[in-house]
Amino acid sequence: MLSKRIIPCLDVKDGRTVKGVNFVDLRDAGDPVELAWNYSQQGADELVFLDITATVERRKTMVELVKAVARQINIPFTIGGGINEIADADALLNAGADKISINSAAVRNPALIDELAKAFGVQFVIVAVDTRVLDGKNIVHLNGGRLPTEKETLDWILEAESRGAGEILLTSMDHDGTKGGFDNGLLKHVNDAVNIPVIASGGAGSVEHFVDVFHKTNVDAALAASVFHYGEILIPDLKTILKENNIEVRL
Amino acid sequence: MIGIIRYGAGNIFSLTAALDRLGIAYGMVHTEADLEGFDRYIIPGVGHAGAAMQKLQGTGLIPAIKALKKPTLGICVGMQLMTAYSEEGDADLVNIFPIKTLKFASDADFKVPHTGWNQVFAEKDNPLFRDIPNGSHFYYVHSYFIEYNPLYTLASTNYINNFSASIWHNNFYGVQFHPEKSGTYGETLLKNFSNI
Repeated sequence: MLSKRIIPCLDVKDGRTVKGVNFVDLRDAGDPVELAWNYSQQGADELVFLDITATVERRKTMVELVKAVARQINIPFTIGGGINEIADADALLNAGADKISINSAAVRNPALIDELAKAFGVQFVIVAVDTRVLDGKNIVHLNGGRLPTEKETLDWILEAESRGAGEILLTSMDHDGTKGGFDNGLLKHVNDAVNIPVIASGGAGSVEHFVDVFHKTNVDAALAASVFHYGEILIPDLKTILKENNIEVRL
Repeated sequence: MIGIIRYGAGNIFSLTAALDRLGIAYGMVHTEADLEGFDRYIIPGVGHAGAAMQKLQGTGLIPAIKALKKPTLGICVGMQLMTAYSEEGDADLVNIFPIKTLKFASDADFKVPHTGWNQVFAEKDNPLFRDIPNGSHFYYVHSYFIEYNPLYTLASTNYINNFSASIWHNNFYGVQFHPEKSGTYGETLLKNFSNI
């Protein structure tokens, strides 16, 4: 059976992890490579790096990060943040990234999805969607949930799939940071509507939330950051409990 | 030392990084003359099988590859190239294995590409899978699969249907999953190949 995937997400700026990381036995909690290696040893199935570097040197720092990760880590990883054109993606692919994640660049220029899928294959292209409820509708947001767009979330996801997205990373900004659980209603709605893998994001606070999201929505993967970084949930424990709940995982 | 067959299909950074971590020596094969310097070979590959076949044909290496007597491992599309035919691009391939590469049937319950970690079950005794427990998970990402065939299937995985996770014929081996991305067992498999 195909396993459900557990994906820690690391925020990186100027080659260093930025969100609080409070991990046992780390020599350098700011070193994304050491942190990533630790997660791979714990049984993480995949990693996502979100690069929030805002300098003109960003592509160079991202490429260096990707190379360093690819040298050390034996599981797949995705890099996102500031990928605006084919040349960005090409540099990251050649540095060893398995997938790239695009968000606002795709909203501003949807044809970028087609171009990336054509150049590198659909399996290389994750479209990340930040969603928030506005007047009772799920609306795509930019800038970390601050800027609403005209697009309704499911419509945009279906468009992204038809343009060549190989996977959807769906973050509920209403749930993100609440530790109150994933947005299972929306996730089920979206997962039932598409034929590409969906990664659930936003709201993970307990092991039960992971059990719930897989049981209630059948998404392919669940992503979280702080509950893993602060050691509130240990991946081996999480996977053991998922298995006990008849959810297929890689142990 | 492993010779990696270079024909312009996909990047090999992750593969060489894995070999570096394992301390396995490798070099690059661009021409027929390069083949001599190695005692085994890897044919890598990602992307479109038909397009990859055109690139491989462009190198002129195909007759020499078919004549190889040393251990040779195809990975992902590199493995598919060793079959007779792929539905991807309706392409005739190298035909070391007289079996076909087919597209996953669309099925409401199964997403394509087949993406993620799935279980691999060895069906024959072979050193490629030494020290790898039956049913171990390996990392996949593919939309086309090599049909199951009792003669050539070395290991199988089930997704929509049973397919060849690995194939084996004489000195030729193939794996559909990505050993360089498949954690400890993926590294074990690469190590095993380096010792065959």
